[in-house]
Amino acid sequence: MATVKMEVNGAARGVEVDDPQTPLLYVLRNDLGLTGTKFGCGLAQCGACTVLVDGRAVRSCSTAASAAQSRRVTTIEGLGSPERPDPLQAAFIEEQAAQCGYCTSGMIMSARALLAQTPRPTEAQVRQALAGNLCRCGSHVRVIRAVLRAAAKGGR
Amino acid sequence: MTAPHVSRRTILKTGGVLVVGVALGAERLGPAAAQTVPNADRFLGKPLAVDRVDAFLAIHADGSVTLFSGKVDMGTGGRIAMRQILGEELDIPLERIAMIEGDTALTPDQGSTSGSYGIARGGTQLRVVAATARQTLLALAAQRLGARAEDLELADGVVRVKGATASVAYGELIGDRAFGVAVDPKAPLKSPQRFRYIGKSLPRPDVAGKVTGRHRYLTDLTLSGMLHARVIRPSGVGATLRSVDESSIASVPGARVVRIESFVAVVAEKEWDAVRAAKLLKTEWNPGPALRPEHATLFQSMRASQVVRDQSIAKRGDLSALATPGAGVRTISATYGWPVQTHGSIGPSCGVADVRPEGVTIWTSSQSTHRYQPAFARILGVPAGRVRVIYLDGAGSYGQNGAEDAACDAALLSKALGRPVRVQWSREDEHGWDPKGPPQLLELRAAVDERGEVAAWQTRAWLPVSTANLPHNPFLAAEAAKIDQTPGRATGLIYQNVDPPYTLPNVDAAVHWIPDAPLRTSPIRAPGKIANSFAVESFTDEIAALARVDPLEFRLRHLTNPRGVETLRRLAARMSWQPRPSPNPADPSAATAKGRGLAYVHYKHDETLVAMGMEVEVERASGRIRVTRVVCAQDCGLMVNPDCVKAQVEGNILQTLSRALHEEIVYDRQRVTTVNWATYRILTMPEVPAIEVELIQRLDAPPLGAGEAASAPVGAALSNAVFDATGVRLRTVPFRPERVKAAMAAAKGTSS
Repeated sequence: MATVKMEVNGAARGVEVDDPQTPLLYVLRNDLGLTGTKFGCGLAQCGACTVLVDGRAVRSCSTAASAAQSRRVTTIEGLGSPERPDPLQAAFIEEQAAQCGYCTSGMIMSARALLAQTPRPTEAQVRQALAGNLCRCGSHVRVIRAVLRAAAKGGR
Repeated sequence: MTAPHVSRRTILKTGGVLVVGVALGAERLGPAAAQTVPNADRFLGKPLAVDRVDAFLAIHADGSVTLFSGKVDMGTGGRIAMRQILGEELDIPLERIAMIEGDTALTPDQGSTSGSYGIARGGTQLRVVAATARQTLLALAAQRLGARAEDLELADGVVRVKGATASVAYGELIGDRAFGVAVDPKAPLKSPQRFRYIGKSLPRPDVAGKVTGRHRYLTDLTLSGMLHARVIRPSGVGATLRSVDESSIASVPGARVVRIESFVAVVAEKEWDAVRAAKLLKTEWNPGPALRPEHATLFQSMRASQVVRDQSIAKRGDLSALATPGAGVRTISATYGWPVQTHGSIGPSCGVADVRPEGVTIWTSSQSTHRYQPAFARILGVPAGRVRVIYLDGAGSYGQNGAEDAACDAALLSKALGRPVRVQWSREDEHGWDPKGPPQLLELRAAVDERGEVAAWQTRAWLPVSTANLPHNPFLAAEAAKIDQTPGRATGLIYQNVDPPYTLPNVDAAVHWIPDAPLRTSPIRAPGKIANSFAVESFTDEIAALARVDPLEFRLRHLTNPRGVETLRRLAARMSWQPRPSPNPADPSAATAKGRGLAYVHYKHDETLVAMGMEVEVERASGRIRVTRVVCAQDCGLMVNPDCVKAQVEGNILQTLSRALHEEIVYDRQRVTTVNWATYRILTMPEVPAIEVELIQRLDAPPLGAGEAASAPVGAALSNAVFDATGVRLRTVPFRPERVKAAMAAAKGTSS
């Protein structure tokens, strides 16, 4: 039994894990109830589980919880709420850029990391930043538009 | 013991109060812990028969409304569109409408949410229900206000006397009481001139939750006492378990093994323990029979297969020009193949079940909760009335993925353990074991006379046969656990659109139904129509090229349906289509070949009409296809919510482009080997083309469905554009670079 201490969405959290290799995904979803982060493949191939660790986009399915020790973790819930979406989320709503929505959290977290680095990305940069986030419904064109819309409004 | 239907009758007799007095039936059903509407269980015992208004609708004392929908919203927009329909016919603000979907205890059985019939059938049905309710409200208000019904009007939840102040709210008229009326198929519908909601692109109510991580999916459901499980799939299809070494998971003290015959699972309080244990557990299997036909020779085997039966799809005129072409008549033939593909849900399937002696509750993202209620009951050995199946959102499935199987896994485990169980499939489970889109092989022949007219057209399709009257797709878990179930295969209506959508005089289109498919199958988006249209519309292009006629002009010459003509013309205008035959005469030595192509589909020959155009670049050195622009014109009749239709069109285009460019399930003699996104690639962001969608709104026409049709012409439009660019015809999907390169090399070999 080990305790992983980290800052999650701005609050200090400590979670007991039997196995230090427990992926961050399970700690977030099951121990902290942050179910907005999704399990998609467990192989770091689809991006559905993307969260930010110290501002960098990582695949939480393939990141040991212990690797997040003493770090800042941001999940989709840490951005905004349905009532008060952050500018990127607001742009996704404006563009209706989700169908089933299962890949959406990961898309937004990847885009969030991009905008932090590159506040005014080109369309090609948006596409490249989201190359590892798979979508099956075919919301891609709306997602690209939403990220560019948020960028144009200076939304980070 | 009182069965739910008896308690329903009691309610109606006692004045139809919906909110109380239903406990007799309710006690025996599991709780709707995760229903999306709070306190949904207060409706237990309500009418469910599809000919009753109360099955669909409850108006509450506070003026709010609950809509009970047997059709579910899997991300397509039904959640707003159904509200628009109800709000329109009933004149209530949409924010007052709560919606309960796909709950066998609460919603009427409107059939599966499939076949593009969510709005076309489910929505049309709801519209009539609401129109009937409107008449009831008018009659009640006439009584209450002492006015004639024709002097009354409905607006925003009240009935008022035209030109006067007297009014009464719906809640006062009927609040929480039953309508007690049958659905009147002749109830007058609102005229489109008065539409306030229908036809508007209103935002979907679930998007804000989805983009903020607050939307609740099936996979997020937690029940008190719930165990996490992972099922250990066999070493191959049909393999039987020889041994399990339980000591192999000793290092995970929280996990244990459950075994029922060859059905093996590990369960744990903590999900990660179940995942770890599933990886560690040592099992030995006796292999099943080898999969056939073999992957490497799949299409040849299908072509040579014995045939179960033949089915004629279209037959008219005289086909003799094929056998004995007269002077100046040329014949051509071509064979098209579409491989096995997975639904490819981004989230692997999940199922949650709570099996108790007093009743069973199963939560699933199935498209068919009502249909699967008796199926789960049979597997569990309980009466269907004791089983409640509740829909919760999953990752999009686009047909039947592993959802029902995962639910069955969970049900068997919950029954064995006496606790609620959540089964989450792995990525390997989903790619390896979801029922697949079946392979399709089509051979086309045509005779073309000296004027370029089609003297005869023949289609022969080799398709895996569906089992007649199959109650449900057999469950993996039931098979492994040796629980009796009807064996068989379901594929959907994969024979449709094997004949051309043109007024050709001499046509013979038939299906050879063949007995084998290498893997289990199920309907996958636009079942069969994608491959059939790929063949038919590519071959149409081949004929046009042979006749040296512009592909658009060739189609228009043979098209009489005015809506089809309009759709094609709109596409052409949007693309600034320049009339010329294919291929493109541009410089054949350029490193990148550019081309354009189009295809036209009348979905199922009587539903949505779609014209699709593409512009592509083909890199000669690598064979890589880059789709730069896709334009689509679509007429799907009435569009309740045009933006939701547009999203469906975009999704159809991108998903099918992915299938046509990249996707193929590979298997060895035992099992699928392409079990992840590295070995089964799908379209990624950098490859996504610009998409332009032109929608034709027809407020006076019936809705024809938007969920599938625009996927059907994608393969042909792509193939035709590649031909236009390179002069090379691709007839087997996927169009991966190595295949394109080989085809170009072969063509060069023949021409030089």
